[in-house]
This record gives sequence, structure tokens and C-alpha cells, in this order.
Amino acid sequence: MTALELTCQEVVEIVTDYLEGAMSTEDRARFDGHLAGSDGCTNYVQQMRDTIRLTGMLTEEQVPDEQKERLREAFRTWKTE
Amino acid sequence: MPLAHPSTAMVPGRQLGCVAVEENEVLVSAEDQAFVRRLRAGDEDAFMVLVDRHQAAMLRIARMYVSSQAVAEDVVQDAWVGILRGLERFEGRSSLRTWMYRIVVNIAKTRGQREGRSTPFSSLAGDDDAESSAAGAWFQGAEDRWPRHWSTLPNDWRVLPEDRLLAGETLQLIGETIASLPPAQAEVLRLRDVLGWSSEEVRNALDLSETNQRVLLHRARSKVRRALDGYLERDVTG
Repeated sequence: MTALELTCQEVVEIVTDYLEGAMSTEDRARFDGHLAGSDGCTNYVQQMRDTIRLTGMLTEEQVPDEQKERLREAFRTWKTE
Repeated sequence: MPLAHPSTAMVPGRQLGCVAVEENEVLVSAEDQAFVRRLRAGDEDAFMVLVDRHQAAMLRIARMYVSSQAVAEDVVQDAWVGILRGLERFEGRSSLRTWMYRIVVNIAKTRGQREGRSTPFSSLAGDDDAESSAAGAWFQGAEDRWPRHWSTLPNDWRVLPEDRLLAGETLQLIGETIASLPPAQAEVLRLRDVLGWSSEEVRNALDLSETNQRVLLHRARSKVRRALDGYLERDVTG
């Protein structure tokens, strides 16, 4: 193992840089190289991808009616300014 | 910020003005332009669409800076009025929503400072030591055969049927986990992963550095993944 080789723990620490596309080409190649030889890290990265995908299925909270009415009033006031 | 093309960078002032205009056209989407036009024309429906989309997130963000929900509601109310009044000055140097959230954050910051509160994104380090030491336990120690490699391999979620992953209960668990995160982590995750903003928009809207935004996102995502794995584990292994 060379000093440049990633450990699994490092993969867990930098996985967001990888998934956000915030790595140099060289670091990305090193990361991909590690994944190719590590089933555990492949599973881990897949779990992160699934986590992101599932989180994206949540929906934003509804706005309470009284807040909406207050804002509607503010809009009408602004219109007459 | 896109760099000027080498050939246009050489030409004198007047031409550079054209480059700036082109940049604006790239940055502001057709949807943003339509909203700005409709709002300027006094279209109440357009305004209420924006309220539906952004009010909840704006309130949560404002709440991070000020002492109570009531003050946060005032801040966001003021921000909406500020947005409407500022529309004439909106130049499209950022997306419409980034510009809107900056107004919320600026007003909330001012109110929070007046209340003597510290800013929510000011300290990032030190609040997550428990998390990192727990993660350390997943790996082999220095005296083991493969130091810093997995002691037990992470589960393969791909063996699960898709409808197991997509179950309402799974999504509820994610929602609850996000709600339990430190507010700054939760909000970065919501904007980036629930609402699907780009990381650049998130850091501009919340006035965060690129590094801080990514650290917050990383911590938040890692915790949600961990909660999900704990919940899915029996199905994967059973």
C-alpha cells in the first residue's frame, strides 16, 4: 500500500466532496480506484446516493393560512405605494 | 463568476459592457424573469406562489438568527416587503431566490445583533466530536490487520425492494432525523437535497463559505444515512 492510497475511513470523510463534484481530477481518480477494490466503500457511497435521492422526495411544509393572509395584505399595500 | 472569453477580454470598455449583459442572461432563468415581470406588474398570484415556495424555509432561516418565532415572522414579513420594494433594483446577478434569501438573512442578522445573539453559522467546529468518534468505531484500529479499513462492511441497500426504500415510514424517519439536526446543518440539507438548490445557491443564500457549506452538508447527510441504515438494517440482514 502506498502513502497515496486512500483508507476506507478517509472515503467516509470525503464522500461529500466526491458526490458534490468538488474534487480534483487526480483525487477523483484515487477515490474511484479505491471504490473499485472496496465492496464496503462501494456500499457506503451507494447508501449516500440513496440517502440523497430519498431526502429529495420530502416536501416542504405548508404555509399557515394566517401567514398567507398577512402577506397578501402586505402585497396589496405595496401595490398602492 | 464566468471568466470573460480571452478574445473579448482584450477589447475596450464598451464591448465589456455587452459581456456583462450576456452574463446576466445566463444567470437569470426564464422562470425568474417571468416572476420579476409579473411581480412588477402587481400580479398577486405570482407573489403567492413565491410565498408558498419560500415562506417556510425563510422562517426557519430567520429563526436561527433571532430569539423567537414571533420575531422571525416579523423579520420574514419585513423581508417580503423589502423584496417587493427592491424588485426594481434586482439586476439578476444571482438567481431570484438567492437574492430573496439574502434579504431575509440581512434583516434577520440585524435583528439578531440588536438582540445580542451570536450568528448561527459562526462556529462549525467542535459540535460533532461524538459523531466522528462513533464513526471511528466502524474501522479497524492501528494494531489490526487493515488499519482504518472497515471492521464490518456497510450494508448493501441494493438488496432491498425499491418500495421498501420509498415507504412513507422511511421518508418520515428522514424528516424526523433532519428535524433533530443542529439548525444550520438541517437548513443546508433542506435547501440542497430537499429543495434541490445548487451548492452555490445555498452558500450565497445563507452567506456561507464553500467549505462551511460542504462541512454542514456532509455532517447532515452522514447522520441521515446513519439513521436510515439503522432502520433498514434488519431487512438487509434478515
